[in-house]
Amino acid sequence: MSGLASYFSYPFVKNALIVGALIALCSSLLGVTLVLRRFSFIGDGLSHVAFGAMAVAAALGISNDMPLTLVITVISAVLMLRAGGGAGIKGDAALAMVSVGALAVGYLLMNVFSKSSNLSGDVCSALFGSTSILTLTKLEVWLSVLLSVFTIAAFLLLYNKLFSVTFDESFAKAVGVKTGLYNLILALLTAVTVVLSMKLVGSLLISALIIFPALSAMRVFKSFLSVTVCAAAVGVLCTVCGIVASIVLATPVGATVVAVDIIVFGVFYAVGKLR
Amino acid sequence: MTQLVCENLSLGYNGRKIVEGLSFEVNAGDYLCIVGENGSGKSTLVKTLLGLMPPLSGVIRMSGLTRREIGYLPQQTDYQRDFPATAREIVLSGFQGANGAHPFYSAAQKKAASGNMEKTGVLPLARRCYRELSGGQQQRVLLARALCAASRMLLLDEPVAGLDIKAADRMYEAVEKLNAEGVTVIMISHDTSAVYRAGSVLHIGKTLFFGSREKYLESEAFRGLGGRGK
Ligand SMILES: Nc1ncnc2c1ncn2[C@@H]1O[C@H](COP(=O)(O)OP(=O)(O)OP(=O)(O)O)[C@@H](O)[C@H]1O
Ligand SMILES: [Mg+2]
Repeated sequence: MSGLASYFSYPFVKNALIVGALIALCSSLLGVTLVLRRFSFIGDGLSHVAFGAMAVAAALGISNDMPLTLVITVISAVLMLRAGGGAGIKGDAALAMVSVGALAVGYLLMNVFSKSSNLSGDVCSALFGSTSILTLTKLEVWLSVLLSVFTIAAFLLLYNKLFSVTFDESFAKAVGVKTGLYNLILALLTAVTVVLSMKLVGSLLISALIIFPALSAMRVFKSFLSVTVCAAAVGVLCTVCGIVASIVLATPVGATVVAVDIIVFGVFYAVGKLR
Repeated sequence: MTQLVCENLSLGYNGRKIVEGLSFEVNAGDYLCIVGENGSGKSTLVKTLLGLMPPLSGVIRMSGLTRREIGYLPQQTDYQRDFPATAREIVLSGFQGANGAHPFYSAAQKKAASGNMEKTGVLPLARRCYRELSGGQQQRVLLARALCAASRMLLLDEPVAGLDIKAADRMYEAVEKLNAEGVTVIMISHDTSAVYRAGSVLHIGKTLFFGSREKYLESEAFRGLGGRGK
């Protein structure tokens, strides 16, 4: 037990826990809306784009890749929302194209331009997160805290709007809610959250952070408010436990966090069935 | 007093006409039933009236009424049927249009929401989960939401679709009570059950008809829909 306590005295562990908890809070809050609107694919597509963007940053030799990744991902989010909105099957295929294309181009760029001696390690870390959450620079910590606080504040202020747009978009539009604007904000917040999550779980596992807490909460709770609160709590707890477990067991951080998410989902599923 | 006038409307998507030559008018306190077969363009007309899409041609005039003052009960989609939200949360969302950028609901709005749930008979269900309500109860929750959005005119798109006779009757009664209180009602239906409750009828499809219920029951259009007169 004292061994566990000693871990917390390391600043990098404290940073990882703070940033991880904030990221989990952002992604699980947005996850409720994204899952209910069948928008999970946007999170998935954006995470691949973020990977591609990170590779571009690496190829250009930019050491702090977050600002560039953020800009590229935000722009893609807006484009994806446009495509997903109107074009039906064509839009769907366009999204898949962008998403898988970004993945391939990203890997290619990393291969061609990387000066690193451990290429497969870098790629693995970008895809699955590995240890980047434990090696955050001071700047990255502050940037992450700032962006998550901004995302959470925006979510709280827009909570009722997002509810009405999520439950019934055409009704909301008919009574004069600016649905286009709120969809855009939702896409932007998602993009920011995806970029933040890259540090924690890596590109391929981001969707898990977004969808698992929401799905778990929906198994048991029945009001939108309780689902949202529960998803947030589940998301944060799973992430904190996952990070601690990964340090103690020396397992990859991202995969451990997601594994905890899966276990908790199983528990909620069982509880939901028993009721 | 005339609230809504449509003259020579053509409706459709991407320039492709679905209905043309549509003219009718609605007075304050009217009960208009819009009938037509599946796919004849009823929901399209509703969306056009609400300003969700433009008419291909023709004019829609409103007097003493703005679009914001029309409460809308959409044709239900499947995914709403298992949405995790309480009846009260859904009813309150009717106020969202009036709230603009304001993030929260006022105490007065919360009280009005309760009043509207009382009117449609779902106040005892306020804290229940929407997905666990029966189809008829769900529709009356959405009716209360429409009332929160606007209390001068209600536009109801097939409010009794999929309900059994008893639930449909309760829905019709709730609507009639509101109409008696002075709310203008426009109700869409693809069968004849709603026609008998309305004051006037608009039939769209291959033949167009607009007039009083009595005249409609004797018309050619009514027989086309499978009605056999009284
Ligand atoms: N978004 C759309 N884009 C293009 N065509 C559409 C769209 N929505 C509906 N249509 C077409 O317009 C026609 C009228 O559709 P509408 O939904 O208005 O019918 P309806 O009278 O409401 O039918 P129902 O009784 O089944 O509700 C149909 O042929 C339909 O295929
Ligand atoms: Mg319809």
